[in-house]
Amino acid sequence: MLREFRGRVWTFGDDVSTDHIIAGKYLGTTDAKVFAAHAFEAVDPTWSSKVQPGDVIVAGDNFGCGSSREQAPVALKTLGISGILANSFARIFFRNAINLGFPVLECPGLRAKVQPGDVIEVDMAGGEVRIPHGQVMRFTALPPNVLEILEAGGLVAKIRSDLSTKRS
Amino acid sequence: MPALTMSEKILAKASGNESVRPGQIVDGSVDLLYMHEMLAMALIPFGEIGTAKVWDPTKIVVTLDHWVPPPTPEIAKMHQTIRDFCRRQGIQRFHDVGDHGIVHQLIAERGYAHPWDLVIGSDSHTNMVGALGAFAAGIGATDTAAVMATGRLWLRVPETIRVDIRGTLGRCTGAKDVILKVIGTTGDDGARYAAVEFAGPTVGALPMNERFVLCNMTTEMGAKVGMIAADETTKRYLAHNGLPFRPISSDDGATFAKSFAFDVDGMGPQVACPSNPANLKPVEEVQGTKIDVAFLGSCTNARIEDLRIAAELLKGEKVAPGVRFQITPASQIIYRQALEEGLIEIFMDAGATFTSSTCGPCFGGHLGTLAGDEVCISSTNRNYPGRMGSPQAQVYLASPWTVTASAIHGEITDPRKV
Repeated sequence: MLREFRGRVWTFGDDVSTDHIIAGKYLGTTDAKVFAAHAFEAVDPTWSSKVQPGDVIVAGDNFGCGSSREQAPVALKTLGISGILANSFARIFFRNAINLGFPVLECPGLRAKVQPGDVIEVDMAGGEVRIPHGQVMRFTALPPNVLEILEAGGLVAKIRSDLSTKRS
Repeated sequence: MPALTMSEKILAKASGNESVRPGQIVDGSVDLLYMHEMLAMALIPFGEIGTAKVWDPTKIVVTLDHWVPPPTPEIAKMHQTIRDFCRRQGIQRFHDVGDHGIVHQLIAERGYAHPWDLVIGSDSHTNMVGALGAFAAGIGATDTAAVMATGRLWLRVPETIRVDIRGTLGRCTGAKDVILKVIGTTGDDGARYAAVEFAGPTVGALPMNERFVLCNMTTEMGAKVGMIAADETTKRYLAHNGLPFRPISSDDGATFAKSFAFDVDGMGPQVACPSNPANLKPVEEVQGTKIDVAFLGSCTNARIEDLRIAAELLKGEKVAPGVRFQITPASQIIYRQALEEGLIEIFMDAGATFTSSTCGPCFGGHLGTLAGDEVCISSTNRNYPGRMGSPQAQVYLASPWTVTASAIHGEITDPRKV
């Protein structure tokens, strides 16, 4: 996992649901490229062709509410989004993203301070987000066990390492 | 010993602690893991973890519900993969197409979940099963793979929000109207990460089918679990499985992060308007809105009692011209009951469509999806843009009474006036 990332901002509002992120009609496959190609189609049908690897999503309250479909964070990670900063996250989306080693950070108030296309810098270890005009905002630190999963690169890597420690 | 809420008691038991407190991270031993087609997605991380066998095939239940019967060759293949996996792993409780049901309903009606259980399901509406006094939480594919491999899951002990309901429900008004009212009050993230516990005399008097509706839609409050104390009603519902019954309730003096009180005396039917489950209006304010589609289905409201309501209103009536009214039972068991009770004949005489059990229409997957200019009234649980098909479609959420009355009149209708 990148401990620091810098990226161009895409903004979203409150209550972005998993239906917004990837519609149910695309779930009849396990191919991540399909999910990526149709990400946020309900909001902007051309979004997935405009987003660039390294871009960052900044959103309002309750990002990822709705379904347990892990295809939602898979779609965004597959597109190369480096992380999501939101006022708050829905719980299953949050777990799913962390389990994929995909940074999701609660940074209340950030959404109101950035515009689409702004470039922001996120320092995971320092807990800081640098936004244009020299401003710095702090995000809520992840609980230690969650950080451990993220730093392992996801839950699969974490469990593999735990299992091999147990065996040795 | 400090006084604990129900969810705290179960997480303490599951993690081998005497007591737990909100915010604490615990490692829970899972009593029941259930899955639908998400198992196919979970097989990718499960393969990467590399344990050849699931931790305990007797603690796993699998059914097919999202795409039944499979609408594409790719999904038929997905079903094959799941079928083969269950056979190889010795998962006896695999309910294949024909013996299927929407997984939460199947778990409930087959008596697979019990009070005090830590239940983990690969679907957001796993919350429904908390109506049996279990701690039942939904997860995604990677967590599912982790539980399959290890039988354990880390969980943050949630704060508990108590929702106290009193008063007598009026005519053509039920648990769906109550939960829509609650969500409309708290917002669709009003219980984010929290356990919601329903209590009070109205809840105590509700039959199980209505208790399931309350807990089911705590998902639309952002809740981790929705719970109701397991009492005599729960005991009667589970009696057929022949297992010992152990009631559960929160201790007197347990700590609730928040408490809400609702008096339902005089409350009429409620409708959640496009495109958020918390966008609430009483039916009087939206009646007359023209509809193209009415749908009675999903884990939320497609039990036999819901179908009886539809049949009672439809008997001798016709679905309005130009409206398609689709009824999709929550399980094959309910399908058979509807057949035996003569309900299907009433639906067909009225011009409604009755289908095999599936989640299909509720999540816009197949077997009845919406065009961009269609307006739908639905007994389901979510109405975010694109949920039931086109992102431009308008979805109103309501009770079986309101959905059926609206199907008859071709516009959103107060069922008390039918």
